[in-house]
Amino acid sequence: MSKVKVPKKKTNWGAYLRRYWQLYFLLLLPIVYFLVFKYKPMEFIMIAFKEYKIGKSVWEMPWAANNGMKYFIKAFKNKDFIRSIRNTVTLNLFDLVVGFPAPIIFALILNELVLKRFKKVVQTIAYMPHFLSWVIIYSLALQIFAPTNGLINVLITNLGGEAIPFLNESKHWVATYIGLGVWQNFGWGSIVYLAAIAGINPELYEAASVDGAGRFKKMWHITLPGIKSTIVVLLIMNLGGIMGGGFDRPFAMRNTLVLDVAEVLPTFVYINGIKGLQFSLTTAVGLFQSVVGVFFLLSANWISRKLGERGIW
Amino acid sequence: MIKSAKTKMGDWVFVFICILVALICVIPMLNLLARSLSSADHLIRHDVYLLPKGLNFDAYKKVLGDPKYLRSFAWTAFLTLAGTLISLTMTTLCAYPLIFEGLKGKGFINILITITMFFNAGTIPNYLLMKQLGLLNNPLVLLIPSCLSVYNMIIMRSFFYGIPDSLRESAEIDGASFFQILVKIYLPLSKPVFATLALFYAVGRWNGYSDALMYITEAKYYPLQLLLYNILNNINSVEIAAQEGFTQPGLSDSLKAATVMFSTIPILMIYPWLQKYFIAGVTLGAVKE
Repeated sequence: MSKVKVPKKKTNWGAYLRRYWQLYFLLLLPIVYFLVFKYKPMEFIMIAFKEYKIGKSVWEMPWAANNGMKYFIKAFKNKDFIRSIRNTVTLNLFDLVVGFPAPIIFALILNELVLKRFKKVVQTIAYMPHFLSWVIIYSLALQIFAPTNGLINVLITNLGGEAIPFLNESKHWVATYIGLGVWQNFGWGSIVYLAAIAGINPELYEAASVDGAGRFKKMWHITLPGIKSTIVVLLIMNLGGIMGGGFDRPFAMRNTLVLDVAEVLPTFVYINGIKGLQFSLTTAVGLFQSVVGVFFLLSANWISRKLGERGIW
Repeated sequence: MIKSAKTKMGDWVFVFICILVALICVIPMLNLLARSLSSADHLIRHDVYLLPKGLNFDAYKKVLGDPKYLRSFAWTAFLTLAGTLISLTMTTLCAYPLIFEGLKGKGFINILITITMFFNAGTIPNYLLMKQLGLLNNPLVLLIPSCLSVYNMIIMRSFFYGIPDSLRESAEIDGASFFQILVKIYLPLSKPVFATLALFYAVGRWNGYSDALMYITEAKYYPLQLLLYNILNNINSVEIAAQEGFTQPGLSDSLKAATVMFSTIPILMIYPWLQKYFIAGVTLGAVKE
């Protein structure tokens, strides 16, 4: 596409609209959708600074004490909240350290497979966990890891060992949580890297072979540099998400024995907000999470630009 | 090219690693299947591994004879179908106009949309919005609020960008309107991206439960995953157990397994056929304009 700068002509609005009104008409529903479901709720963010009153509009509710900061102060005095921040960051960091490299390694392995058919079968199987819901993954985890009737523990106890509390002791739970995350995502996550690898000029490999480079030399000097920018972009997105994270996974996997490591911000908000009806407090918590999340994302993007990589925008 | 013995050896190592990885993916499913088909005696004795013991289909018969489960299954299937159709329509409506360079206000609309990718109002504001709109306990809440994903919209737009401009331009010269260009040129050429996004949206709806958990309290509107969540966590167990044996040791195991298996089968049957499409879709989503 050539982008030649045309000197600005005066728009003939009549002609323009006669032709373009159809596009605006098509955009009507999506724009209404964004305004109603994405922007309208932002109005309710205000209740983080107000005393929530049923039946009153947000604008009528009285401001909270301490210049409206009452609920932020309350949140930071709340041990459960502090614990939720810690757990959110910790679990996300573990996900990053263990879960981020897994798809890259898997893509590199797949790339070494010679038989295309076999490669395709392995891919299909590896994508499967991505299509399972977290409720189902947790039920599979129960079957495999449960203390008395889980597959692994049955094998261990049959061999005379002691059952491992994969799901009901904090440290083991964290390991299981991270492990299941890897299990679910390593295959799916590899798709992007495989596409990037496919885009590498094959002549580079041939030249390297002529020079006598072995398998791992080629991986290190050609494949990895070839997908470096993909890795960096995805790493930024992951770093930016260090305060974020979904609801489905931690909520499906949490149980009362491991709450000290399993309660994260989204589950904290659900339990205390929608279940506990502390709307102002949990809105404050949600706002805190969003703002810190945006801050992380912007910082990660800025750093990546400074390093000479493309940012995510 | 002639391979050295060392290289061949190496090839086999990678094949071996892949077999191992594939097994790790498949074993939980095999165990699930085995449990769902095994007899209660064996399940109590914990000696069911990868093959069923005391093969029987009682658990499936129970599940298929359970009106509550069947109802939820049909309801979720309906939600998935309706949701996917709505989502594909909305995604097209949003993606198509935005590929036209000449559209005034395009930059502004792009910003409006992009912001929502990075900043969400939050759980409670969203909840209060649903309350205000009268969507709590309304089945529409499972269809409308999540009907348009910006990520998927970007995938579709990237696909549209890949359709040669010349096709569109020649149609424009022939006097075709933007509606006609969409229907006659873009839609027929976009089957791959529709297949991909249909899969993404359908899987999202089939697997999702958090919206129902937050916005729906009436059990008759529960989608399958929420019902499963409740069964697995023994919520409502009194009611279910009374009729269906969910607390009977052994039987409860195979029943749970059969329920989970049955809820997974639709997706497991579909996704392998769409592999080449969703690979292209994910790749499109990762490419920046």
